Amino acid sequence: MDHTIEHTDKILEVENLTAVYNTDAGVVHAVNGVSFSINKKETIGLVGETGAGKTTTALAIMQLLPERTGEVKSGSIRYRGDELLTKNKAEMRLIRGACISMIFQDPMTALNPLMTVGEQIYESLAIHNSNKTQKELEPRVDELLELVGIPARRKINYPHEFSGGMKQRIVIAIALACEPLLLIADEPTTALDVTIQAQVLNLMDELKQKLSTSMIMITHDLGVVAQTCDKVAVMYAGEIVEYGMLEEIFDPNRPHHPYTIGLFNAIPSLSGESRRLKPIDGLMPDPANLPEGCRFHPRCQECMECCKSGEIYQYENGTHKIKCNLMRKGENDGRAD
Amino acid sequence: MSKYILKRLLTLIPTLLAVIFIVYFIMDLTPGDPGTLILGERASQEEIDAKNEELGYNKPLPVRYVNYVADLVHGDMGNSWKSGRPVMGEIIARLPVTVTLAVGAILIGTVIGILVGILSAVKQYSFLDFSATAIAMALASFPGFWIGMMLILLFSLYLGWLPSFGGGDLKHYILPWITTACPFLASQMRMTRTSMLEVIRMDYIRTARAKGQRESKIIMQHALRNALLPVVTILGINFGGLLGGTVTIETVFTLPGVGSLIIEAIRTKDVPIVTGATVMLASFFAILMLIVDVLYAYIDPRIKSRYERK
Amino acid sequence: MGENTVKVKIKKKSQAGDIWRRFLKNKTAVFGLIVFSLIMLVVLLADVIVSYDSALTQNIMDRLQAPGAAHWFGTDNFGRDIFARIVHGSRNSLLVGIGAVAIGITVGGLLGSVAGFYGGKIDSVIGRIMDTIMSIPLMLLVLSLVTALGNSLINVLLAMMIANIPQYVRIVRAAILSVVGQDYIEAARACGTSNLKIIVKHVIPNAIGPIIVQATMAVGTMILNAAGISFLGMGIQPPTPEWGAMLNEGKQFMTMYPYIVVFPGIAIGLTALALNLMGDGLRDALDPKLKD
Repeated sequence: MDHTIEHTDKILEVENLTAVYNTDAGVVHAVNGVSFSINKKETIGLVGETGAGKTTTALAIMQLLPERTGEVKSGSIRYRGDELLTKNKAEMRLIRGACISMIFQDPMTALNPLMTVGEQIYESLAIHNSNKTQKELEPRVDELLELVGIPARRKINYPHEFSGGMKQRIVIAIALACEPLLLIADEPTTALDVTIQAQVLNLMDELKQKLSTSMIMITHDLGVVAQTCDKVAVMYAGEIVEYGMLEEIFDPNRPHHPYTIGLFNAIPSLSGESRRLKPIDGLMPDPANLPEGCRFHPRCQECMECCKSGEIYQYENGTHKIKCNLMRKGENDGRAD
Repeated sequence: MSKYILKRLLTLIPTLLAVIFIVYFIMDLTPGDPGTLILGERASQEEIDAKNEELGYNKPLPVRYVNYVADLVHGDMGNSWKSGRPVMGEIIARLPVTVTLAVGAILIGTVIGILVGILSAVKQYSFLDFSATAIAMALASFPGFWIGMMLILLFSLYLGWLPSFGGGDLKHYILPWITTACPFLASQMRMTRTSMLEVIRMDYIRTARAKGQRESKIIMQHALRNALLPVVTILGINFGGLLGGTVTIETVFTLPGVGSLIIEAIRTKDVPIVTGATVMLASFFAILMLIVDVLYAYIDPRIKSRYERK
Repeated sequence: MGENTVKVKIKKKSQAGDIWRRFLKNKTAVFGLIVFSLIMLVVLLADVIVSYDSALTQNIMDRLQAPGAAHWFGTDNFGRDIFARIVHGSRNSLLVGIGAVAIGITVGGLLGSVAGFYGGKIDSVIGRIMDTIMSIPLMLLVLSLVTALGNSLINVLLAMMIANIPQYVRIVRAAILSVVGQDYIEAARACGTSNLKIIVKHVIPNAIGPIIVQATMAVGTMILNAAGISFLGMGIQPPTPEWGAMLNEGKQFMTMYPYIVVFPGIAIGLTALALNLMGDGLRDALDPKLKD
């Protein structure tokens, strides 16, 4: 019984997604075989450094990769069991905004400077409600603005008349206008002040509950993950290196991928004794020229000879998955730290 | 907003005064004096001096400048040294030809330039983009008057489709319009293309795509308006080039416009005509730049609010 | 496992080298460079290619000859060899173009740097004067200057230069302002770097890109304008070979003998085209973000 419900509740399934950018400098392997799924009302966090392929994954789902350079090579993206990758442009337009919406990183540039915010929210509604007149939709514009905490009378204002946090609220209002089942938030708070960040996150959480929206939260901030997510996928060089429920990823007693451990070591902890932060040595590899074997091996403290080439061991324990050769032995004796 | 326009109109006055001064000053450096010019080489020195005095030419430059401006306010630009007729009348008689030429060329250049520019940007790297860019580059590189000569050779002489010389009905303007529009069109097209390419990469275009908006509407409603700002600026600047360019093009097509009036006057050293015509065209240009500035505010609310705050 | 620690190669290439490499990748820009180099070669070797005499010698027996083996581009109404006149005319056209821009940049650059770096009253005074000059259409300004100064190559050059100054004041001022406002200049200031050192080490290298691009294209524009002036029968006077003047002289014969006007026009257009292509290529090489 449980099983069937869970199956129908799957909002999005991404399987083995591979996406590249064809540039003058060569083929950039941005996303390399990523798989994850989201259930109704669930939030998944895509965590990783800049260049890990998080945004590319999101754009691939929306099919908004740059037309000339970006390309989904293989894999499958199913929205409620419906394959998106085979849809044509017109069909995708019906999905975007209505079923899946996206919030972009920088609210300063995400709004058209020459249109009032009201017009921009209205546009979002009008695209997917072509049977309704402007008069019928206008009250909904007011409602949406109030929903994100902006007085409706301000709909006649232009983006430059709002602060960054308010702009992001407007972006959220646009994204939620048609009550999509899935919201992709690409670092929605990175460009904002810390105090505003919390407000915006709370607002998103509140709206998500109210509208029963599922969400993909893209972030490099583990604090944001802890606050908003149910599931976490840690991405490195276009791959998911660790995947599991929030509690599994944040449980220090479970085995983890060395990169995940590195990420946690790189944030200051309030509880523990004040030890120095341990940043991860080195840089993200050039995605046009990825290392053999485990992508993380050049930076890994525990790199072994077998990590430098060939297939990497995939550890699975229920919902918790780790892609690391260390887990091969760790599976039996637990992880010795 | 109207307050801003009024303010700009007021600042136009010192600009125009300065422009008039520069033109007047430059023309004053021209060797020769009106007495000699009007009465001819054979007249006696006394007669020439008397004539110069009558025209106020013996007074120092600043005084003559002030007198000139004072007369100008009353619509008097003095009299031609050559014909003795009022300069204002001579210019106004020639104005319709130049205005017809300029307006037609601007319409052709703007409409085609912007349209092709948009298409070129939207279909970047396509055959259309490649050929449009190449043609624009060529049009911008070859002298307008020479393109005019080639058009005459092709359409008037070999094909015999269009008249090549003189004014008259609008048919006579087709080749001059195309010729004048060429460099203008090239510049508008290139600017629109560049500007569109920049705007298409903006985040708000991606936002519009994420809403599920169709591409044609994204281009027309979101991208174009944002891309127009630099295009409008170039439009104003190009208009100045076009006013200068009409001089050569009127010569090629022997059109009796202000440009050819200036050239004739330069040849005969008829300083009042040159000064008057240049002042007239420069004033047009200054007023047009003001219109461009005001147009800006209607396109961009950020600029409008900045104007209103002042 | 010391060998396994960080092995990230950071490619280090000079910025100028990068720009040059990007420029070489642009086929049309390279084409422009080649054509322009050839034209410069013609300018330098004009006397070796064909004697100056044949550009001036009138020969009534040979007048209005169609292009052929004896006269590649034909002869004009005085029987002068058009090819020789184009070859030697290149010197005048390019001298005016390059000269006006070079002097214009020097004077305009100086004024612009002063305005941009010091700002305040100096800036607004310079700005006012330049705005006034700019509000006179360039061709009209040059025409009246040439009228006043008299017809000669030097005066055309001078007139062009004066008409040119404001635009360089603008570019240089804007370039300097855009650089001065940058964080890294503030950082340099904060580190106690002197003003002069900031200008030399940071402002100039960063402002020079747009100036070179603009200058390259401006040489083309000036060549076009100079041709326009001489086409109107002003500036450089016959019999001196000059492309625009050749068009002016050939105008009345063009219906019967089109080649008289075709070749000088192509010479002007090709030169301006080469310069424009180079300028475009340079801009793309300096600012590659537009190209992806």
